[in-house]
Amino acid sequence: MSNVTLKELSVQLAAGACSSVELSRDFINKINSLNKDLGCFITVDAERTLAQAKAADAQRAAGHAGPLTGVPLAHKDIFCAEGWLTTCGSRMLANFVAPYDAHVVERCNAAGMVTLGKTNMDEFAMGSSNETSYYGPVRNPWNRDLVPGGSSGGSAAAVAARLAPAATGTDTGGSIRQPAALTGICGLKPTYGLVSRYGMIAFASSLDQAGPMARSAEDLGLLLNVMAGHDPRDSTSLERPAEDYNRDLEKPLQGLRIGLPQEFFAAGLAPDVQRAVEAAVAEYKKLGATVVDISLPNMELSVPVYYVLAPAEASSNLSRFDGVRYGHRAAEYTDLMDMYKRSRAEGFGAEVKRRILIGTYVLSQGYYDAYYIHAQKLRRLIAGDFAAAFKQCDVIMGPTSPTTAFKLGEKSADPVQMYLSDIYTIAVNLAGLPGMSIPCGFDGGGLPVGLQIIGNYFDEARMLNVAHRYQMVTEWHQRVPPGIG
Amino acid sequence: MKWEIVIGLETHAQLSTVSKIFSGAATAFGAAPNTQACGVDIALPGVLPVLNTGAVERAIRFGLAVGAKINQRSIFARKNYFYPDLPKGYQISQYELPIVEGGTVTIRLGDTEKTVRLTRAHLEEDAGKSLHEDFSGRTGIDLNRAGTPLLEIVSEPDMRSAEEAVAYARALHTLVRWIDVCDGNMQEGSFRCDANVSVRPAGSTTLGTRREIKNLNSFRFLQQAIEYEVRWQIGEIEDGRKIQQATVLFDPDTGETRMMRTKEDAHDYRYFPDPDLLPLEVTAERLAAVRAAMPALPQARREQFVVQYGLTVYDAGLLTASRELADYFAAVAAGADARVGKLCANWICGALSARLNEENLEIGQSRVSAAQLRKLVDRIADGTISGKMGKDVFDAMWAGEGDADRIIAAKGLKQISDSGELEKIVDQVLADNAQQVADFRAGREKAFNSLVGQVMKASRGKANPQQVNDILRRKLAA
Repeated sequence: MSNVTLKELSVQLAAGACSSVELSRDFINKINSLNKDLGCFITVDAERTLAQAKAADAQRAAGHAGPLTGVPLAHKDIFCAEGWLTTCGSRMLANFVAPYDAHVVERCNAAGMVTLGKTNMDEFAMGSSNETSYYGPVRNPWNRDLVPGGSSGGSAAAVAARLAPAATGTDTGGSIRQPAALTGICGLKPTYGLVSRYGMIAFASSLDQAGPMARSAEDLGLLLNVMAGHDPRDSTSLERPAEDYNRDLEKPLQGLRIGLPQEFFAAGLAPDVQRAVEAAVAEYKKLGATVVDISLPNMELSVPVYYVLAPAEASSNLSRFDGVRYGHRAAEYTDLMDMYKRSRAEGFGAEVKRRILIGTYVLSQGYYDAYYIHAQKLRRLIAGDFAAAFKQCDVIMGPTSPTTAFKLGEKSADPVQMYLSDIYTIAVNLAGLPGMSIPCGFDGGGLPVGLQIIGNYFDEARMLNVAHRYQMVTEWHQRVPPGIG
Repeated sequence: MKWEIVIGLETHAQLSTVSKIFSGAATAFGAAPNTQACGVDIALPGVLPVLNTGAVERAIRFGLAVGAKINQRSIFARKNYFYPDLPKGYQISQYELPIVEGGTVTIRLGDTEKTVRLTRAHLEEDAGKSLHEDFSGRTGIDLNRAGTPLLEIVSEPDMRSAEEAVAYARALHTLVRWIDVCDGNMQEGSFRCDANVSVRPAGSTTLGTRREIKNLNSFRFLQQAIEYEVRWQIGEIEDGRKIQQATVLFDPDTGETRMMRTKEDAHDYRYFPDPDLLPLEVTAERLAAVRAAMPALPQARREQFVVQYGLTVYDAGLLTASRELADYFAAVAAGADARVGKLCANWICGALSARLNEENLEIGQSRVSAAQLRKLVDRIADGTISGKMGKDVFDAMWAGEGDADRIIAAKGLKQISDSGELEKIVDQVLADNAQQVADFRAGREKAFNSLVGQVMKASRGKANPQQVNDILRRKLAA
C-alpha cells in the first residue's frame, strides 16, 4: 500500500479500500523498520499520528472528506507543528516543542492530512547534503553510502524510500529540487510568495519558499493546492485568487517552447547527467515541443550573490536563538555575554556558524555597500536575464544538479564544492521564479538524474502540465530504489 | 569666553494604537509581566511581522501637522544587536528612508517665537524591559512593551538653551496629543526625550562634540540634565580637556549626568532592509484621506481666537494648551461677540483653571460644563449679577448646585435693577443720612461714595451699582 501515489491513496480512501488509520500504521511500521538506516525522520510520534488518522476517518464517515482527507505526509522539521518537537535540524532547538502550527501545517491539517513525522534536514536548512544536521546524516535510499542532497534531504529520502507518499520541503537555493533530483523524486519550489512562510523557521527570508515533494507531478499539484494561498500573517504572501494547479495537467505540449540556457550545459556538468537531460529534451520534442537556445549571462554570479545575501539575512534571522526565551542555553556561564557566547557556540554547528560569520561581515559598516548592496544589484541583473529569456520561451529546462548523489563526507570539508552543487538552482530563488525537478533517467551507477523545469512567475500549472505529459510517456518517476517497496 | 549651547532632541512618542506595531497583542500599560506578549513579540521561531496600519496613519498625521514631507515609499530596516529584552536580536526601525522627512515646530519663549526644524520622524518598535530588582541577583525580562509602536522624532540642532529645548519638547507634547497620535503620558514612558548637547565658542559655526543624554521622561529632568551637562562640558573645555562623543544617563537623585558608553564601544548595528516587510507605500488617496481627517492645529486655533474674540496672544496660547481646552473654550464662546468671548476666556483662564489645578483635574473632567459656564458669563454680561457675585455662583455650580439661573434665584443674588424699588431704597438712605447729604452738597465728593455704600448695604449688595449712581446723582442734584 505504501508504494502508491498520493492520487491513488486519495482514490482508495474514498472507495473505502482502506482507512487512514490502517494506512498511517502501515507507514509508521515502515518508518520504524527503515529509519534507523536512513535517518529520514527526526521525530515520529505514532500516537499523535494515529489520533489524527482516526479523526480523519471520522470526518470521512461523517461525509466531510476532501480529496486528501486521511492521506498521510511528512513535514520537514523546519515547519512549526503544534505539540511536535520542531528542531530545524539543530541542537539549538533540540528542546523546542512548537506551540503553534505553521501556515503550511495548518493547511494540511485542515485538508485532513495526517502528519507522519518531522523529517531530517540540514541545520537551519544550510547545506546541500543533509550532513549538517545535528541529528546525523540522511542516507540516500538508492545507495546508503551517498547523501540524499539537502537541505530537504529527510523529506526527499522518505518519499524515495516510500516512508511517506509525499512531504513538505523548503527551498532557499535549491533545497527542494536538488535532493529531489538526487533521490529520484519530484519537487516543486513555487513562485516566491505563493506559499506563506508563517511558521517556517527563517533561513533567508527573501529567498525561502515552501513547496511539495512527491513521486509525480500530479501529486505535487495536489499538495500545492493545499499548501498555497494568501496568509495575512506573512507580509510577503501574495494575494491571488485560489487556483487548481492541476487544471492543465493533460494539455498537449504541441508548440511548447523550451529554452535551453547554454550556461546550464557548460563545464562542471557530469556527462551522464547531461546525457539524461538531453534525452529528456528529445522526448519533449517528440511531444511537440520546440527548443530555443537561450543565454542567462549573469548566471555565473548567482552563487557568489547568494552567498552574500542568504548569510546576511540568516545572520539576523538567527539572532533570536540566544538562549534567553527558549532553545539551548549553556549550563554554565559567568555573565550575559558569556551566556550568549556559550549557548550559541554549543547550539549551532559549523556550517551555521560559518554563514552567521559571513553574513555579519557583509553587513558590517564599511563592507555593506561593497557586498550587500552590490549583491542586490546583481540579483536584479540575474532576474533580468530570466525576464529576457521568457520572451523567447515558455519554460526553461536543464539539469537540476551538476552531478548525481555524492558520497557522504565527500564535499563536507570543502564548502565551496558543496555550494557549487546548487549552481543551477540558486538563480531561480534569486529571481523568485518557480522551479521544479523531476526524474529523467539514471547515471552509469544507477543513480537518479533530475531534470529542472523553470517557469515564469505563477506558471506552476503550466510547469506541472509539462512535467505530467512527460511522466505519461516515461517511467523514471516510478522506479523504486533497490530493496525498497 | 562666551559659550553657545547647541541642542537637538530625539523624541520617542508611543503611538496610541490598541495593538502593537507588528503583532496583534495589546499595548495597554501596566499588565502583569509577559501577559501582553504574543508569539511575534517573544520572537518564536517562524513568526513574521505584519505592519499595523494604525501606526502608519498616526505617523502620517504627525508629518502633516508639522508640514513635513510624507515619503511615498519608506523602508523598514533591521537594527541588529543582542540584548535580552530585544527578543529577535534586532529592532525593526526605519533607517535610510523614513516615512516623515523635514517639517518644523514653532516654539514661544516670552514674546519671541522660534522655529525648530525637524530632520525626520520614523516608525519603529519598542523593546521590552529588563527588571534588575526583585530577582535576587538575576534579571527578569518583561516583554509586554516589546513591539509597542514608536514614532521617533528627530530635530535639527536648533535649540540654544535648556529653556528652548523644554519649550520645544512641550510644543511637541501638545501637538502629539492634539492630533491624537500619542497619549503623552510621561510617567508611563509614552513620551521621552534624548538630548544631544554640545557647546561651542560664541560665534563659531562648527559644532562642538556632542554627548547624548538618554531617556529623559519629564520636562524638569530635561531642563536639569541639559543645564548640568552644559556646565560640565564648559568646565571640561575650560580646564583644557576635550569632550569625547558619548552616551550619558541623567541621575535625578544627584542631578548629574554619567557616562554610559563612548563612541568607541558603540555598536555596529548592521542595518539592512527587513526582508519580511515590503516597502511601505503611502498612496495619494491614503494621504488625502488622512489629511481630510486632520483637526485644526494649535497655531490655527490660536490665530482664530485672537481674531474672533480679540484675545491676547498669551491667553490664546493658554487656551490652546490642549485640543480639549480649545474645544471647551470654543464651546463656551460659541456665537459670542468679542466682549463676551473675552469674558469667557477670562473665566476659563481664571476661576476654572484655578479649580482644575487645585483638584488636579483635566479639562475633560471639569465639574462645570461649557454650557453652564456660558450661562454664568451671560448673566454677568447682561447685568443680572456682578462679576463678584459670579464667583459665588461659579463655586456653587462647581459644588453641583445646578445652573447659574437656579443658583442666582435660590440665593437671591439677582441685582436690583427695578428703578422703583431702588428709588425707594435711595430715598430712605438720603433721609437717614442728612449729614452726608449736607457734606456732599457742600462740595465733598467723598460723601457721595459713602452714600452709594449705604445704598448697596441697604440692598444687601444686590443693587445694580450703575443704577444706584445714576439715581443718587439725580436726587442729590434736585
